[in-house]
Amino acid sequence: MVFHFCITRHELLLFEALREGLEEEMDRDPRVCVMGEDVGHYGGSYKVTKGLAKKYGDLRVLDTPIAENSFTGMAVGAAMTGLRPIVEGMNMGFLLLAFNQISNNCGMLHYTSGGQFKIPIVIRGPGGVGRQLGAEHSQRLESYFQSIPGIQMVACSTPYNAKGLMKAAIRSENPVILFEHVLLYNLKERIPDEEYVLSLEEAEMVRPGEHVTILTYSRMRYHVMQAAKTLVNKGYDPEVIDIRSLKPFDLYTIGNSVKKTHRVLIVEECMRTGGIGASLTAAINENFHDYLDAPVVCLSSQDVPTPYAGTLEEWTVVQPAQIVTAVEQLCR
Amino acid sequence: MALNQITSSSRSKLLKPLSCFSSSTSLRRPFSSSSDDNTVITVETSAPFVGHNIDPPCRSVETTPKELLGFFNDMAVMRRMEIAADSLYKSKLIRGFCHLYDGQEAVAVGMEAAITKKDCIITAYRDHCIFLGRGGTPFESFAELMGRKAGCSKGKGGSMHFYKKEAGFYGGHGIVGAQVPLGCGLAFAQKYSKDNTVTFTMYGDGAANQGQLFEALNMAALLDLPAILVCENNHYGMGTAEWRAAKSPAYYKRGDYVPGLKVDGMDALAVKQACKFAKEHALKNGPIILEMDTYRYHGHSMSDPGSTYRTRDEISGVRQVRDPIERIKKLIISHNLATEKELKDIEKNLRKEVDEAIAQAKESPMPDPSELFTNVYVKDFGLEAFGVDRKEVKVVLP
Repeated sequence: MVFHFCITRHELLLFEALREGLEEEMDRDPRVCVMGEDVGHYGGSYKVTKGLAKKYGDLRVLDTPIAENSFTGMAVGAAMTGLRPIVEGMNMGFLLLAFNQISNNCGMLHYTSGGQFKIPIVIRGPGGVGRQLGAEHSQRLESYFQSIPGIQMVACSTPYNAKGLMKAAIRSENPVILFEHVLLYNLKERIPDEEYVLSLEEAEMVRPGEHVTILTYSRMRYHVMQAAKTLVNKGYDPEVIDIRSLKPFDLYTIGNSVKKTHRVLIVEECMRTGGIGASLTAAINENFHDYLDAPVVCLSSQDVPTPYAGTLEEWTVVQPAQIVTAVEQLCR
Repeated sequence: MALNQITSSSRSKLLKPLSCFSSSTSLRRPFSSSSDDNTVITVETSAPFVGHNIDPPCRSVETTPKELLGFFNDMAVMRRMEIAADSLYKSKLIRGFCHLYDGQEAVAVGMEAAITKKDCIITAYRDHCIFLGRGGTPFESFAELMGRKAGCSKGKGGSMHFYKKEAGFYGGHGIVGAQVPLGCGLAFAQKYSKDNTVTFTMYGDGAANQGQLFEALNMAALLDLPAILVCENNHYGMGTAEWRAAKSPAYYKRGDYVPGLKVDGMDALAVKQACKFAKEHALKNGPIILEMDTYRYHGHSMSDPGSTYRTRDEISGVRQVRDPIERIKKLIISHNLATEKELKDIEKNLRKEVDEAIAQAKESPMPDPSELFTNVYVKDFGLEAFGVDRKEVKVVLP
């Protein structure tokens, strides 16, 4: 028997993929609602919620005042009753004002109530270093949130995984923080027409290889792939994995890769101190120590506030040339 | 059971003229000397309501013998439970933080009398008695306070995290003021589902100075949410008197564009009237603030003696003049619903019941060690708990 399967696809930009996922979930479940600044009439500062307020009404796509602490708290309270709100932080950095609500109420209520309350909330928004947006608008919050018990964190990087992760996050019964990146919203890709949902806890194999495992997420995936082109020309065969799930790590995929290549390079946009890379290094060392031929190398952003000047800003994040050098040193 | 005994014994009593305690002039009673459980009694509240941007409700409250005896019963259990918690804490069976509610019982029972279990209540950490009011049992409370598995939060919450989802009690929160946005979220969900129910979001005079309260109030007013913000003003935010923390301690006025009502929080009937009024208002017109003028006899928590920032005379003065249980007792006696001795017997029985609950809770087991990792996440993908590197890797590598 011959199986023909024809996957029809359509082309869209990453922010449109997010919107598509969001709209499909809102159609599917009337309890899904959106709250955030300028998500309604304005359509979202990055157009992720454009047109949704017209379709679903002002209560379901709620324009909030500039009060992150209390509208995040309001979303958590609504989630306690069974609604499934999606909170948009206009910039992830603003959610620092809601840290108490995210840490204490969102993350801990399921535990402190002995399992009585579920908080099926999604907190999403753009973060990361953009184009000269200044220090306060270029923050990476994944390192601050990673210790909060009870939450899950994922980072999207392509239109395909953005839509899939958005849908998975909305359907999850746990609070999920979905990290988007300011510079990735206009990425174009052809994604399947058929409905699909990705797993929140799985990493993505971007490029299989033999010599070294490069673990990355979000925007740095593209810097890594750029470096991979150079590395291939130089005769190296890097395996690139987009970890996607920042909490918990997909140690199954990562472990199998380490077992194969014996060398690990982590490339992230987080700060060096207390970042995702730091936790990942510790996790790999603890779990896969026997398979490593060399210490885990972690390339992160510099521990500085992001400067405004373009050249300085470039040097705060990891550039492809640094990745190439690190792989060459690691594979010596 | 005790209730039936009282009403049947009062049938044999002669009608006595009213004492002057309650200045009620209209007592509707049939001429036969049976006092029906549901006879309507009208009582005047002790103090008038004061309104801000709203006409206050009238001072005459309708009640029934059943309700008054219910108030007495419930408040006596609450008082007894808090006093028992005090001695349990001192004997180190309860650890950590323990914030006691004695003195403020009228707010809990008065509110329950005006609403249903479909309406939601959310409060801060002084939550033991609100939990009882919502239908929790003393056994569940003591078990939770002592960290036992049978506690209302399986022993994992503690004094500040009592919850009862099926009765609309959303806790139980340790961070001052953080429950107010949550409460507006509950009201948002009620409006979203068009439930025709309301949320009572409770906080104290200390929390009234939190910014998130005003943020939440703004949103509630913008969206006409059925949220009733109840400020339990016991005049002290831990050790700081209200006049030292707030430029304007008139908390019922602080809503500005949101109407407010000041209520004598030591009078259960006044609380009931105010909550009924507030519920009707919130369903039609959006948020309203209720300021309950109340008092706590204990200090802020068990580590606070409560006498360094206020005089013992003040505490005993309030206890003599305004105690909520004494007020209901006097009402019951003056309306011949029970004698002093009968009420004392009820109290003795309740005390025994509470002591039994304590003994039962003392015997109940601690949580299993495996409970450390349950309820961190809702069971997804078959995993119990995971940090960044997970307790159980999905597959063990060969």
